[in-house]
Order: sequence, then C-alpha cells, then structure tokens
Amino acid sequence: MENEKILAQMPDQTKEERAVKGASALTRLKNRFGLHTARDVLEFSVHGFFFLCGFLAVACVLFISVYLVVSGLPAMLEIGVADFLLGDTWTARQGQFGILPFILTSVAGTGGAILIGVPVGVLTAMFLAKVANNKVAAVIRSAVSLLAGIPSVVYGLVGMVVLVPAVQQAFGLSSGANLLSAIVVLAVMILPSIINVAETSLRAVPKEYEEASLALGATHIETIFRVSLPAARSGVATSIVLGVGRAIGEAMAIIMVSGNVANMPGSLFTPVRFLTTAITSEMNYAPAGSLWKESLFSIGLVLFLFIMLINVILNVFIKNKKEG
Amino acid sequence: MQAILKTEHLDLWYGTNQALKDVSLDMPEHQVTALIGPSGCGKSTFLKTLDRMNDLVPGVRIEGKVLYRGRNIFDPDMDVTSLRRHVGMVFQKPNPFPMSIYDNIAYGPRTHGIRGKRELDEIVERSLRGAAIWDEVKDRLKKSALSLSGGQQQRICIARALAVEPDVLLMDEATSALDPISTSKIEDLIADLKKEYTIVIVTHNMQQATRVSDQCAFFLHGELVEAGETGQIFSVPKDKRTEDYITGRFG
Repeated sequence: MENEKILAQMPDQTKEERAVKGASALTRLKNRFGLHTARDVLEFSVHGFFFLCGFLAVACVLFISVYLVVSGLPAMLEIGVADFLLGDTWTARQGQFGILPFILTSVAGTGGAILIGVPVGVLTAMFLAKVANNKVAAVIRSAVSLLAGIPSVVYGLVGMVVLVPAVQQAFGLSSGANLLSAIVVLAVMILPSIINVAETSLRAVPKEYEEASLALGATHIETIFRVSLPAARSGVATSIVLGVGRAIGEAMAIIMVSGNVANMPGSLFTPVRFLTTAITSEMNYAPAGSLWKESLFSIGLVLFLFIMLINVILNVFIKNKKEG
Repeated sequence: MQAILKTEHLDLWYGTNQALKDVSLDMPEHQVTALIGPSGCGKSTFLKTLDRMNDLVPGVRIEGKVLYRGRNIFDPDMDVTSLRRHVGMVFQKPNPFPMSIYDNIAYGPRTHGIRGKRELDEIVERSLRGAAIWDEVKDRLKKSALSLSGGQQQRICIARALAVEPDVLLMDEATSALDPISTSKIEDLIADLKKEYTIVIVTHNMQQATRVSDQCAFFLHGELVEAGETGQIFSVPKDKRTEDYITGRFG
C-alpha cells in the first residue's frame, strides 16, 4: 500500500526534476532556497536586507581599520616607530615627527577629566538613584540628558568665551587656553555618560541589600556608600571606561580651549595639543602625498589603537558584570 | 515575665488603607512570640513597625506607642539607628550582601565603629557559632556569601544580625524560602537563641508556630484577634475566628 503510493508519486517527481533542470537559473535558485510562494520570497529578501545592514556596520569597521593601517603605517615606519612614538618634538616643516607630546597630552587630559568627572558623576548618580525625591531627580535627569545632547562645538565655544578668560584671570596667565581648560571642558562632557550608566547600575541594586544594612543600624548614607556602591561597582567601572573613551576621542571642543601648541604637558597651564586636535589642525595645511600628511594618518592609527584598547577593557567589564 | 517590647493601641495606615487597628501586645523577654494569620492580615507590617523599618514606606502613618524597654520608639529624640541595633531583623528572603562571609558578619560592627582586626575576628566567630554555621564556613570566610546554599545564607543573615549584639530578633517568615532540612536547623537555632534573645517571628506555618513559640498572636484584617500562650491558643482558643483559622477552615 505504502509502496504503491510512493510509486504513483514517482513520475510526478521526476517530471518536476526535469522541469527544474530545464528552467531558468532564477527558478533553480528559488527552489534551492525553498522559495515556493511569494511570501517565502519576501521573507527571504527581508532576511537578506537585514543581513546587508548588519554587514554594513562590520564592513565600515573593517574598512576603517584596514585603511588606517595601510595609510598610517608607512609614515610611521619611515620615521621609525620609536622616533615617532617617543620623539618629543613635532615640527612638521622641519621634518621632526615626534608625537609623544600629543600622546602624553591625551593621557593627561583624559586622566584629569576622569579625576574631576568621575567623583562628580558618580556622586550625582548616587544622589539621583538613592537620595533625591522624584521631582528633583526628574529635573536633574532631564538636565543631564540635555547636557549629553549639546554638540561638542558648543562646549568648545562656551569654553573659549567663558572658561578660557576665567582661567586666565584666576591664575594671572598670559593665556587661559591650556591643559586645565581642556580638562574642565572634557570633565563636563563625560558627565552624562558616567551619570547615566552609574545611575542605572545603582538602581539595579536589589533593595533587600539596603534593607539589610538599615536593619543593622546603618544610616541611609552609610548604606549607600558601603552597600549600594560596592554592589554596583562593575556598572560604575563601565561608566568610567565609557567616560575615558569619550574623552580621548574628543577633538572639536578641546581644540578651542587647549591652546593647540605642540608642547609637552609640563603643567596644567601649558598650552597643549591632543592626538585628535593634532590631526584636525594640520590636515588642511599638509601638502598632499607628503610625509607630513601621511604622519597625520599615523596619529590617527595611534588614536585608533587607544580606542580599541578601551573597548577591549569595556567588554571585559561588561562580561564580568554578566557573570557576576 | 517582663515585656521587653510592647505595643499600645497601635494604628497604622498605608495612605488611606488601615493596616493595623488598635494593636496592643506584650512580647516578654527571652520568649519566642509567633505572629500568625492569613496573608495581608498585618502581621509583617506589625513586625516591621517594631524596628521602624516601615519608616521607609512612602505614605505610612502611625499612631499609638511601641515601647522598647519602656521607651516609645516614635519619640522624636529616639535614635533610629541605635534602635535597629538593639532590635535586629532577619528577612523572608535570605539577603546576604554580595561580599565575603567575613565582611557580611563584620558589616554591622564596622558600621558601629569597631575597627580592630582581632576584635572583629572574635565577633565573626562568635556570631557564626551563635547561628550554628561556624563549622560549615570556618574554612572559607573569604568566599562570597552568595556561594552558599539558601539555608546557609539565611543562617549567615542571622549571624550578621547577632553580630551587633541585639536584644530582640525579629524574623519575617525567615524559613518560608527554605527546604525542610534548613527549616528545621533554623527552628532548632531559634530554640537555642531564646536563651539570650527575645524573638518575634512571623510565620504561615502553624506547625512551626507550635514547635518554636511560647506565645502566639493571631492577626486578622489588621486586628489582633487573640494573643496568649501557644498551647492555649492551639488547644482552647477563646475566639471563634482563631479556632477557624488554626483548624484550617480559612487562610
């Protein structure tokens, strides 16, 4: 009985196969992916479109990485990697391409911004998550999101018009455009990301922990510092790394307040140039095809490596958070 | 027997909803008082009022008195942190801090200013012994308290509460999240602890109430229906509602 049924179907199947063989390439493709109805075709094409979109992001990252290496490496090798990274003088017109001042400035600027931004940001987050009443918290939170939305050029502008003269007067300097001003601007710029991420992780601390602490006779503030904050530490660490990433990649705001001179960052009052601003300020002047221009791409490569490193650290934190 | 904790005409509202109605109850020293009653009857609310943990609930309003050693805990000059130090609490769900076992126990004493390592070591050992868990954890005090089983975690929480040397221990359904073996360990522990502490427990488990308590208080819809010696409550309840509840006619 079963066999008869199968035998009866056989001729049809063979016919179908024959038809497929003779059919156009398109039909064959359709059958191969199981696209029998119009709905299947739509499903398949939407899948394909999604894949394309996803691939686009990957392609961009790949392209940028490859492009930076290809365009940045030759100049670095020509100058000598050690001379390039550790040379303390940058006078491109005289063929001196040492970017140590830029590296140290970026590190010092970011470090300074973290030193100011993290305590202020984390304390704000603690206030928002644990202390402030709903109304006050709502006002502060919307102010913080607004702060995050302000374009960096506006930070630079306000810094230049307000902060730089203030620093100049306060410390009796010939110019207020220096490392200190850049640090202050960066510190304000990284506040929103620190506050948001830290607040979210503080809110996620189970209230049972806090109740246990209060029931032992700890005060509200003791509880926040000794139970809530340690319980949220991986989130707070993530927020700090995010802040570092934001600070080290910033160019527009700090080019206007940092003085933009290729000095070693000897003191807070030295006019300095960052990795980012070194690129933006000279890209238009360097003649095409010159070692000077190519070395700017090399700076880009160094900056890129810094950002990659920060991303790796960030991923480690996020992974730890999921596991812990 | 002297009452170390007593309430007098205690009323409590959450917003407009009255959760406790004119509750007057004595909790004698070195005895176990069990609060029983169906869900939502106010027994947990009552317990949380005794160490003022209800202060944390927005919109709560309290009238009447809670006397701890003769002093009204709602007096304006009452120091809440010092009250909570003397009246400890163990919660329904084991809630050790995400820290090492040692740091969990040392948290309270450190909060109250004890810094010396030797002194802390002593307190940690004494508290863990007091909660009958020292032998199980003495070799891994630096391990995270979250790595322990639920029953062990709950005994860590009891040890943590003992570390600040309270007079009274409040336990809010402290065994309801645990397996029968852990539950019986904690019941044994309660029997042991009442030599030194006064204990008030909330329980849904009638057998538990008969096993561990000296005194029982039956709550219904925010009212204290009947309170008395546990044997009497379970054998000859005075109130019809108490009888209906303990015989399982509702609840």
